[in-house]
Amino acid sequence: MQKIESKGINFYYGETQALHNVSLSMKENSVTALIGPSGCGKSTYLRLLNRMNDLIDNTKMTGSILIDGQDIYEKNTNVDDLRKNVGMVFQKPNPFPKSIFENVAYGLKVNGITDKKTIEERVITSIEQVALWGEVKDKLKKSAFELSGGQQQRLCIARALAIQPSILLMDEPTSALDPISTSKIEELIYELKKQYTIVIVTHNMQQAGRVSDTTAFFYMGELIEYDKTKTIFTKPSQKQTEDYITGRFG
Amino acid sequence: MLSSAATSITVVLIVFFLFIEGAGVFSKKPIEEGFLLAVHASNPINKLEPSQVKDIFDQKITNWKQLGGKNEPIVLFRTEDITEFYSEEELGENFEYFPAKIDEYVSKTPGVIAFFSDKYKAKDFHGKELEINKIKIFEFLSGEEWFPTAQPIAQMGVKALIYGTLWVSFGAILLALPIGLAAAIYLSEIAKKRTRNILKPLIELLAGIPSVVYGFFGLVVIVPLIQSVFGLPVGETGLAGSIVLAIMALPTIITISEDAMRTTPRAMKEASLALGASHWQTIYKVVIPYSASGITAGAILGIGRAIGETMAVLMVTGNAAIMPHTLLAPLRTIPATIAAELGEAANGGLHYQSLFALGCILFLITFCINMLVELVTNRGSHKKH
Repeated sequence: MQKIESKGINFYYGETQALHNVSLSMKENSVTALIGPSGCGKSTYLRLLNRMNDLIDNTKMTGSILIDGQDIYEKNTNVDDLRKNVGMVFQKPNPFPKSIFENVAYGLKVNGITDKKTIEERVITSIEQVALWGEVKDKLKKSAFELSGGQQQRLCIARALAIQPSILLMDEPTSALDPISTSKIEELIYELKKQYTIVIVTHNMQQAGRVSDTTAFFYMGELIEYDKTKTIFTKPSQKQTEDYITGRFG
Repeated sequence: MLSSAATSITVVLIVFFLFIEGAGVFSKKPIEEGFLLAVHASNPINKLEPSQVKDIFDQKITNWKQLGGKNEPIVLFRTEDITEFYSEEELGENFEYFPAKIDEYVSKTPGVIAFFSDKYKAKDFHGKELEINKIKIFEFLSGEEWFPTAQPIAQMGVKALIYGTLWVSFGAILLALPIGLAAAIYLSEIAKKRTRNILKPLIELLAGIPSVVYGFFGLVVIVPLIQSVFGLPVGETGLAGSIVLAIMALPTIITISEDAMRTTPRAMKEASLALGASHWQTIYKVVIPYSASGITAGAILGIGRAIGETMAVLMVTGNAAIMPHTLLAPLRTIPATIAAELGEAANGGLHYQSLFALGCILFLITFCINMLVELVTNRGSHKKH
């Protein structure tokens, strides 16, 4: 069974249709990269997977998305529980104006975990998972804003991991970071793949090539091609994909 | 540049003028001009405090012993009392023998304290004119009695007025803050865009209604309501003032808090929601902490408006200058006192100046509040960067 299965998705911002009949499935413990030029709908698609687009007024979706066989757009879906299961990392690091510890503990606390020991353990585990422990272990009480951009982004990943999701969505997680921080995050994605199903939106072709197992190419709101990353980058079946990958447009 | 300089100079001049006039209270004797207090020549007491004089004439002090003098009961004498001791013929057709008779009466009554006009003072007056101390700042601030035109000594205790002002304002903010905050949360986080576009201008419109209209509303609607709900003899109470002020402060609180809440970055809210926090958890744990400084500023500005508000309060609080012990009794605020009394105070007189001193106190209170706003908003902006 596929971990994520979307069928015939159309999505509208008001009158504008942003996604046209997109069907896409992802296996458990795989990394899927979504690539394509700006405005092609890849971020919109990603945000459908944890119903983040619900927050935007005047939008409409048709089609269905199944996660573990459950339709997440069904009426009786608990959106908060869905988001607990589908973690998200944003384009710009967005830690809360709180301490490093509180940032990671936030998700636990809002999900009703009150036992201090459990919270502490989970916070430490999550920070270790993103290989940040060595850098922050002495300043857990300091503001998260004192960290560098790359550290902040890893903290945001730790924050998402703390509530133990099974899927991790990443919306251009390295676009605001320098090359060293970027490579650290890529290594991290490679590690996380063992436990999580990861969907990553990226503008960086090399990154898609390095981290992903499968790649989906979006253009003008349509899914043009979806295949193993190796295939997409070596012998794409569509002309548009080839043009984009080789840098002829986009 | 020029206009801002002119504005600054005007403001400084206003404040300067206010304080010059207000300070006059403390350089004057609280006895009405042209009048004097006198005692028997043998009385060892030369000087009295304004409050002592008041107690004597209120007959709370009845023996000179209590003031450190001889054991002699105090005999009160006012100008008009003279007719009890002398017939009209003795006083003369045009009261030409008044001074002589007053002198005679004072010199034969050892325990007397006489209060009469300067013009009835005999040339060779045998009594002793009492010196009255000036009002001290401490007495002015801590006195609980406000009878600025009382005879023979004006009572200038502003404590009841300061308390009245603070009580009404505090009550107002206690009512307005939760409601205002709830409204701001609704507008910024829950209401649909269309609803907000209708409601926000309406709320801002509320800020433009003249305060006398609010006062009228209070008088017609709130005052009778309070009277019947609490079964009071009069509905014009501190609570009525608080409610009217709360309504007046609401637009300020709502507008400023809502603006602050809307500055919460979308990324923060999304981060919270993406972690499985509910909408309300996000409001409570992200939006409100993030906009705390804006909310505080709104609240303090609201209080500022409440403290300085005159007309509406004057109309609904009953204006009894007594120490407030409950919001369900009439009380009086500083602005209401100034508005009500300035018209009948003699220009340049003690009463007039005491009202200016009240103005100074009000100015200092609102000044402190504005400084507090400045402090809070600055601290808030440091935190975010």
